[in-house]
Amino acid sequence: MTIDIAQLAPLAIIVPFVGAALSLVLFHRNRMQRVVAIGALALSLVVEVLVLAKTWDAPPTSVNLGGWEAPFGIVLMVDQLSAVMLVVSTIVSLAVLIYATGQGVADGDAEGPISIFYPTFLILVAGVSNAFLAGDLFNLYVGFEIFLVASYVLMTMGGTTQRIRAGVTYVVVSIISSVLFLIAIGMIYAATGTVNMADLSIKLAELPAGTQMQLHLMLLVAFGIKAAVFPLSFWLPDSYPTASAPVTAVFAGLLTKVGVYAIIRTETLLFTADRINTLLMWVSLLTMVVGILGALAQIDIKRMLSFTLVSHIGYMIFGIAVGTTAAYSAVVYYVAHHIIIQTSLFLVAGLIERRGGSTNTDRLGGMARLAPVLALLYMIPALNLGGIPPFSGFLGKIGLFQAGVDVATWQTYVVIAGAVLASLLTLIAMMRVWNRVFLRTPDDADFPDPVLLATTREGHWGAGAHQTVTSRNGDPAQSVSLLPRLMVWPTTGLVVVGVALTVFAGPLFAVADNAAENLTNPEAYVQAVFGAEGQPGGAVENGADDGDAGSTGGTGLPGGTQYGNGEQEGLQVDIYPGNTASPEPSGAATEEAP
Amino acid sequence: MSVNLTLLVVMGVLYTVGVYLVLERSLTRVLLGVMLLTNATNLLIVHAAGMPGLAPLYSSDVDPQDYTDPLPQALVLTAIVIGLAVTAFLLGLIYRSWVLSRRDVIADDDEDRRVATQSSFIDEEDAELPEDTSEFDDEQLEANERESELRHQREVEWAQSQKHDRENNDRDGGQR
Repeated sequence: MTIDIAQLAPLAIIVPFVGAALSLVLFHRNRMQRVVAIGALALSLVVEVLVLAKTWDAPPTSVNLGGWEAPFGIVLMVDQLSAVMLVVSTIVSLAVLIYATGQGVADGDAEGPISIFYPTFLILVAGVSNAFLAGDLFNLYVGFEIFLVASYVLMTMGGTTQRIRAGVTYVVVSIISSVLFLIAIGMIYAATGTVNMADLSIKLAELPAGTQMQLHLMLLVAFGIKAAVFPLSFWLPDSYPTASAPVTAVFAGLLTKVGVYAIIRTETLLFTADRINTLLMWVSLLTMVVGILGALAQIDIKRMLSFTLVSHIGYMIFGIAVGTTAAYSAVVYYVAHHIIIQTSLFLVAGLIERRGGSTNTDRLGGMARLAPVLALLYMIPALNLGGIPPFSGFLGKIGLFQAGVDVATWQTYVVIAGAVLASLLTLIAMMRVWNRVFLRTPDDADFPDPVLLATTREGHWGAGAHQTVTSRNGDPAQSVSLLPRLMVWPTTGLVVVGVALTVFAGPLFAVADNAAENLTNPEAYVQAVFGAEGQPGGAVENGADDGDAGSTGGTGLPGGTQYGNGEQEGLQVDIYPGNTASPEPSGAATEEAP
Repeated sequence: MSVNLTLLVVMGVLYTVGVYLVLERSLTRVLLGVMLLTNATNLLIVHAAGMPGLAPLYSSDVDPQDYTDPLPQALVLTAIVIGLAVTAFLLGLIYRSWVLSRRDVIADDDEDRRVATQSSFIDEEDAELPEDTSEFDDEQLEANERESELRHQREVEWAQSQKHDRENNDRDGGQR
């Protein structure tokens, strides 16, 4: 018996969960905890790379958890989009985890109270992976909740006044978005009698247009809050910057992208018949422009980066609004690019805070001389984000613009013009930080941090340039490393990966093209779940029954009667799968539902 | 499909009150609002199952239509558990907020206030350059020079006082 590698995909969820449990048990043994956490993420990264290689040009594959067949069991779906997102998200989380470890080691967390950072972080990763793999709307909701609850804990870790204030905003906004999502699921179930996404892909299209539009918009609002799309984005710059640097980095990189991923699935799979491209187009324009104008008003690096994050979500929404294969391909590439670049920028901001004592640009100056490595680490992703050729930001934007020009409506031209403007403004915002933080002398800063003002005996500033260790309270035994290697390395690694996005743009765009092919062809997804018949239960007349129920029940909901007489047999078979000789998918029977 | 009207009304009332409470500034009220909203949503999902029927235990001589749809109940169970966890966490946050600041309201964001009140005038970018109406406007030139000297002096003093403070701090730290 050969094992299909794609069937290993649930390991991407299970391994971090097991790692979380183990590291929670090992709470008083910091070294072991670190090894377990990093090992778990490395292991799941290996599995995900294998899965990506396997699905490179394959059609979507479904993994039936526990051997229950769709639409009654829970399915995980593996296609190129999921696999790429998994790999990129795990690379980023691994880098952030090592960075956080470096920070913890440098600051002597060993004496601190019970360390719950590692378990929580792993649960966050597991939840994100679950969301990327979910082939079932409710499972997607569960994935959202897993990573959201973990993110609540990470966001408010330490419990300072600032973090609690920002945390409350974040938690309440997230809960509202979850409630909206859950309401949408309830309504969708009432209207169609299923929560399986492949099944919904067929059944939602049979609903009356008004019902479809309402369900569609409810889902989009719920995901739009998560993705920080313009009118729903104001919570993000308030809450993200207060968390500690590694936490902000992983939030900025991953969490909004899960929202974008969910929007992609909504548009390509669930509501293929109901298009609201014009709305998305204008929303994307406003997201880009309003976001970047906010960034220009900031003096704090982390807040500025949060606003550029919001602004660049607009590019992805624009690609989704265009909706052609080329556009989706560019969106997949752009999402991967943005996850990596945004995370590395936040990690660099954390290093700046460590070296210069602040992220407030009024207090910083002369960092290029004090820490040339840091200057390089900031400059590369900054240019990348601003879309300077030959970096990946440029390639992604060109891809998006090209797709927009191919469609050639006046709206796409307007949005492209706005996107170019937003891109230039991004560059201004990034370069203003560069000028203020790195280039000018500390004397020019309004309130320079004492660390920066150290001068040599001759009166030249920059005496601390080679000083990487400072003592806490004047006690040399309590020395604190200003730029610990364990923090610089993962940041460098991530910046290198960001550059590699340009070097390997060819193969990456190839897989993005494959992903886009599958995204624009939802039948492939449905077939992967239900086999070639394309209908649950395998009988064509059942599908017709459901269709009738759906169309008569736009207002009169067919809930409770959705499994008509025709499906009695199917129901029996599925309640007692052991009675039948139904072939169970290989490798899946051993996996457990998360 | 028919639904239970009482439940429907209850759900509507829960949503109404929930939304009202969430919009309040007091954290405890927000918590109550969140609880009402999640429970109203649980009711909504129970509605999705339609009218109640027989318990969904398999028996070969029962028409499948007579069963209650079990799936929404499974969904509701999950949703209740998640709601419980989130409520507990929010309660912890509110308690912490109370311990820290003895206040039960959501505070303004300082940074937002700062951005809102800051003028659009930035010294290094927007400062008006003294206009050279005449090449020999000595008075103007002198005034400018005096001003810049003054500014420079103030900066030097400030930097020195900073340095002084730092030294003091260091010394204090050493003594400790």
